[in-house]
Amino acid sequence: MNGELIFSGLFLRALLAGGGLALACGLLGVFLVLRRDAMISHGLSHVAFAGVALGLALNLMPLIFSIVVCLAGSLLILRLKEQARLPGDTAIALLSSGGLALAVFLMSIKKDFGAELMAYLFGDILAIAPSEVYLAVGLALVVTAGILLNLSRLVFMTFDREAALVSGFSLGRLDRLLVMMTAVTIVLGLRIVGLLLVTGLTVIPAASALQLARNFRQTLLLSSFFSLLSILGGIVLAYVFNLPASAAIIFLALLIFSLSHLLKRWR
Amino acid sequence: MTMENKTEEIIRVEGVSFSYDGVPALLDVNLSVHRGDFLAIIGPNGSGKTTLLKIMVGLLKPGQGRVWLFGQPLEAFKQWHKIGYIQQKATNFDPIFPISVAEVIAASLNSVSRPVKPGRGQVRNKIMEALQTVGLETEAGRPMNSLSGGQQQRVLIARALSTEPEILLLDEPTTGIDYPSQENFYDLLGKLNKQKQLTIVLVTHDYGIVNRHVNRVACLNQKLVYHGEHSEFCQSDRFRELLHGGHHLISHRH
Ligand SMILES: Nc1ncnc2c1ncn2[C@@H]1O[C@H](COP(=O)(O)OP(=O)(O)OP(=O)(O)O)[C@@H](O)[C@H]1O
Ligand SMILES: [Mg+2]
Repeated sequence: MNGELIFSGLFLRALLAGGGLALACGLLGVFLVLRRDAMISHGLSHVAFAGVALGLALNLMPLIFSIVVCLAGSLLILRLKEQARLPGDTAIALLSSGGLALAVFLMSIKKDFGAELMAYLFGDILAIAPSEVYLAVGLALVVTAGILLNLSRLVFMTFDREAALVSGFSLGRLDRLLVMMTAVTIVLGLRIVGLLLVTGLTVIPAASALQLARNFRQTLLLSSFFSLLSILGGIVLAYVFNLPASAAIIFLALLIFSLSHLLKRWR
Repeated sequence: MTMENKTEEIIRVEGVSFSYDGVPALLDVNLSVHRGDFLAIIGPNGSGKTTLLKIMVGLLKPGQGRVWLFGQPLEAFKQWHKIGYIQQKATNFDPIFPISVAEVIAASLNSVSRPVKPGRGQVRNKIMEALQTVGLETEAGRPMNSLSGGQQQRVLIARALSTEPEILLLDEPTTGIDYPSQENFYDLLGKLNKQKQLTIVLVTHDYGIVNRHVNRVACLNQKLVYHGEHSEFCQSDRFRELLHGGHHLISHRH
């Protein structure tokens, strides 16, 4: 292995963006899994994909545009859940099929960006631009801070919503915060592992942590650690062995899950 | 024991009616709870007990009527740390939720809006104090889902007590708990009521077990059928008419 290659800007940028994303995914994933909201990331990934397509079609920065569209989509899912009296997964299905339909439609009328859009189907972290790295790290830090600053209330309302409702803080505000942080994280994940794998990125490390943790602190720490290990490890593997990074990341995450599960059964 | 001299009114329910999608659950309920009261709310299944409790803590908005907490209209009430609430089937939480006993209490202590936020060391002390009250101080580090149902119920009591509320509202807190543990539990409530002047509102089907601690009774069947002193209630047998066949409800002292 060539030392110069390891420290090339390309590789460092990938690690930096990946590390930020990993932290956000690891923390957020715990709440998504425990709130039974894992499929929200699935739905939002399709909305984010439509956002990228729109951005490309209008010649705007696809990542920024996608974040805006995805934020709007996330609030729409919440509203549908609350006001149209739809079960959460049905609200998500409405939005994800709508998002994908929009992306397909846009591709058919503007054929020239099809290839670029494909990069968002499978992600391509090793091609990430410097400006995208700043965006990814900045947003990942915002998400991490958002969770840590509201940690007690998030735990309380996820564990026992009815008791939390009688505690005099606004659960609606935290619901919105959580779904908006999910939207941001999903868009970043789209860039890195792509539409087809981003749900796994937000869910698998948390699922692995749940196999082993005995309290909430351990769950958050393990989930973040597993997330970092999968993403950074996946990037290294992809770089060294010339593999698709997204596949390497998800395989590593699944490997960690299997080992955690075995360890739990063996204990 | 009767309480002729009225103390501060902590909850006031005035002319409250409520329906679920047009199906009435409560009709014109008037009720008040004073400081130091131990009020038992009894009534058959579906009589609106849970609905009434939820209205009292603001989880449901009454269709008609009004609720006051500590002399303030509920909509304007802010001092939620004064209120402890334990819902029916509170131990039906997610069994895979990874949380320790101490974390259950800490999450609530750090969340509840109160004038002065407790510091980290204070939180730790309050957790241990609350766990001592329910006799679980040695279990602080255990995962919540590894405790028995009765122990979990006591953790939730400790959680409610940790914020030092002035009133505790409990909805059938001893369902699924063995008889000796139930007695212990109600003795604890009785002690908190008498020694710490904690006001208690308890929804229960086990009137026989609680009646020696209770000083007021509200008997509900959509309407309030009886609301008054426990001692008078024992002489009348209105609730026996109401709950025909409910032999377990009759006091073991009669
Ligand atoms: N979420 C709901 N939607 C529709 N109807 C409801 C709902 N909750 C309760 N009800 C109805 O309202 C009435 C009162 O219910 P409530 O839960 O207050 O009774 P309860 O006295 O607490 O009964 P139990 O002793 O079984 O706990 C019942 O007829 C019930 O079917
Ligand atoms: Mg009930």
